[in-house]
Amino acid sequence: MQELMYDIVIIGGGPAGLSAAYSAYKNGADNILIIERDFELGGILQQCIHNGFGLHHFKEELTGPGYAQRCLELIANKKEITTMVDTMVLDISAEKTVLAVSPKEGLMKITGKTIILTMGCRERTRGAIRIPGERPAGIFTAGAAQRMVNMVGYLPGQKIVILGSGDIGLIMARRMSLEGCQVQAVLEICPFSNGLTRNIVQCLQDYDIPLLLAHTITKIHGKDRVKGITVAKVDSKMQPIAGTEFYIECDTLLLSVGLIPENELSRGLHLAMHPLTNGPIVDQRRTTSMPGVYAAGNVVHVHDLVDFVSEEAEIAGKFAALEVQGKLHNDLRKIEVKTGEGIRTCVPQILDIPPEGEAAKLFMRVGAPERRVKLEILSAGKVIQNKILPVAKPSEMIAVDISAENTKLMGSELIVRLSRGV
Amino acid sequence: MNFIRDIDVVVIGGGVVGTAILRELSKYSLKCMLIEKEPDLALGTTKANSAIIHSGFDAPFGTQKALTNVRGNRLYHELQNQLGLDIKWLGSLVVAVNEEEMATLKDLLARGIKNGVKNLELLDREATLAKEPNLKKDIKGSLWAPTAGVCWPFGIALSFARCAVQNGAEVLTACAAKKILTKDDKVIGVETSLGNIKAKYVINAAGLAADKIAATAGDTSFIIHPRKGEYILFDKTASANLVNGIVFPTPTKQSKGILICTTVHGNTFIGPNAHDQEDVEDKSTTSVGMDEIIASSQKLIDKIPLGAAITEFSGLRAVSNTGDFIIRESTVKGLIHAAGIQSPGLSAAPAIAEEVVELITDFEPEWILKRNFKAIIARRKVFSELKIEEQSKLCSENKLYGRIVCRCETVTEGEIVDAIHETCGARTLDGVKRRTRAGMGRCQGGFCGPKVTQILARELNIPITEVLKEGLASKMFFEKKLTGEDTK
Repeated sequence: MQELMYDIVIIGGGPAGLSAAYSAYKNGADNILIIERDFELGGILQQCIHNGFGLHHFKEELTGPGYAQRCLELIANKKEITTMVDTMVLDISAEKTVLAVSPKEGLMKITGKTIILTMGCRERTRGAIRIPGERPAGIFTAGAAQRMVNMVGYLPGQKIVILGSGDIGLIMARRMSLEGCQVQAVLEICPFSNGLTRNIVQCLQDYDIPLLLAHTITKIHGKDRVKGITVAKVDSKMQPIAGTEFYIECDTLLLSVGLIPENELSRGLHLAMHPLTNGPIVDQRRTTSMPGVYAAGNVVHVHDLVDFVSEEAEIAGKFAALEVQGKLHNDLRKIEVKTGEGIRTCVPQILDIPPEGEAAKLFMRVGAPERRVKLEILSAGKVIQNKILPVAKPSEMIAVDISAENTKLMGSELIVRLSRGV
Repeated sequence: MNFIRDIDVVVIGGGVVGTAILRELSKYSLKCMLIEKEPDLALGTTKANSAIIHSGFDAPFGTQKALTNVRGNRLYHELQNQLGLDIKWLGSLVVAVNEEEMATLKDLLARGIKNGVKNLELLDREATLAKEPNLKKDIKGSLWAPTAGVCWPFGIALSFARCAVQNGAEVLTACAAKKILTKDDKVIGVETSLGNIKAKYVINAAGLAADKIAATAGDTSFIIHPRKGEYILFDKTASANLVNGIVFPTPTKQSKGILICTTVHGNTFIGPNAHDQEDVEDKSTTSVGMDEIIASSQKLIDKIPLGAAITEFSGLRAVSNTGDFIIRESTVKGLIHAAGIQSPGLSAAPAIAEEVVELITDFEPEWILKRNFKAIIARRKVFSELKIEEQSKLCSENKLYGRIVCRCETVTEGEIVDAIHETCGARTLDGVKRRTRAGMGRCQGGFCGPKVTQILARELNIPITEVLKEGLASKMFFEKKLTGEDTK
């Protein structure tokens, strides 16, 4: 069995892993490994053939593969960065030794001075939300269907219903229409959409696809293949309302009912996890609860835009690089970031601030749609920063930069909250 | 009349009972065959049940259920070694929450001793909680049956079939029995969807369809009706919050109750409920049913981790109007029934097989036990069960073992290819799933489904559009259409 050593081992070669690698390289690291399980680097971007990526990060509108290509060009022909594809990580030990396997190399033990977790996320399934009914062929997560359509070249069906108005569901509604399929409806159990506004407009409204808010599926029909679904309106507690049921004929049901950070390896390492993000708890450097182990991108919390994934991963890459070069000192003051009124999640959950202060970027999501609210950041009972938000939606992240100067002034606790009626 | 085969015994139905009978028949010098209407074995009651090998205290003394359960449980120990079956002998608890239920446990204990069940024991509250610390603290006690176990029913049926084939038996899947052919009230064969099969004996192990199969020969002596049971299965990460073994509530007159149980592969489930229905094909789950099993399991454990549910399913029990198993010859000579095999049928299957084969061989003294019966079958390599050194060696022998296709259950491409090409191999996506566990995990095939589909197409040399999920009409993917742009 091969035994290998690297300064930085990055698990996952999607946008987060690639951005972390490039940032680590830029910051002086010269012995970096990226491990990717698929046949090529780029992650889920490779199956996202639509446009709309890169406006923030590359200041240009790109397709998913286009964005991946940009990231790949940045790391191409760098002797400091090694990549392994078709390689699965089976386990990471507390000694930061990664057990990985590939057809080409067999089993390998790879030890990193630091590890960056960039495994991304996976899709929630039918079973997790307990949709009743039969269990025929023709039920796919939207992402699995997207891979078959865009990369393998087959259709999952002809007459489609999509449950969930997450972005992948909306994108797939348009994709299936463009492929000549009939998209009967997109159903959403919440009274609001869970996708980006631009996707509602460009993927549904432009194609006359109905979006049924506050509706869910009460039964899937069909023994061998999906024949149709029974749909009902739901009440304010998201329970189906008796008497509102109707039938939609379809041969395919695509599910876009949420994404879950892929944290089997993180749990194996016993990292402290956050119950709402379902990802590891990190500080502003994206350090996890285990020294030398960083995490960034959708494995920490599900992002709305890949641009922010790259941005977060660059932070992790930078600090991992500084750590292996011995450029970080340990005299840090811990500040807990707490969520107050209206804010569901905030990453990072901790600030570890050196005496000279250190800039931090907070990514937040609200719990429910809001209009005309003020985002407030409080320390020791005083608002130290605020921002007026004309609208705030659970589907869109709110980003706030905190200056190094401001972090010096903070107490041991920070609260982020919304103030309404502004 | 044309016949595609001329043999001695046909078994109708490829569930755990039919395959156990086929294996028992293959010990004798005779020509035997099993026909199954679905593309894979064990897709009926065997596929979806509680997967428990019961100790045998439940069925009333002297019934076929009690006799075959207790004997079947013992037979499984030897079968486990010979066939490499996945069985864990965890023992079962029946938990009482009040004094009335404690009294019922005493009755069960007495019945179990009479039935011949070994080592039954009444446990007090503390001893029960020591075994299952997540149970509610105010329970009263339990009946401990150490001889009960959890198993992988599909794997058992598959192993029975593979052992039989190794000993000369034949298995035909996607072959539906249409009519039992008779002449002068005597069996002469079976008409199937693939043609007529000539046979001296027909064994009716057709599960939910057993009464209809019997009726084609003019035998209407019993009725089978389906009784649905629904289940919720949890991710392995939730097991620590549930149970370590098999936990029943105290049974009532109506039902053995909704249990909380670990699986042989380390998941946990709650279920089943029990509702009679007419349709023998309707295996849909219902929200009412889900609520029922959640509420019932909360009587024994406070917090059911519903967020960790990975799938819901239901199975249909084949309940006979006689109240007991029907293991006997029909009035039509040469037709043998193994019908109405509801719980504890899985536990009883090896003993049922012995009885059925005894019924036939009594009439046929020239059919003798083969001297060269091969009782041991090779167990397929399971990558995730191996030590690192063994995994490493396997990868160097065959590169396909170095490619993980299912990340949730750590299943390699090598194992999937093996499962397709082995005896009674997988022909469908769900067939691969059941044999290898690819797609059984928390992402339920979201990641590996498209990959396994491509592997099936490649290995079976069929187009991706012909790959089935499960049933004969369960195609998954379609060719892209040419749009206006493409045709220009």
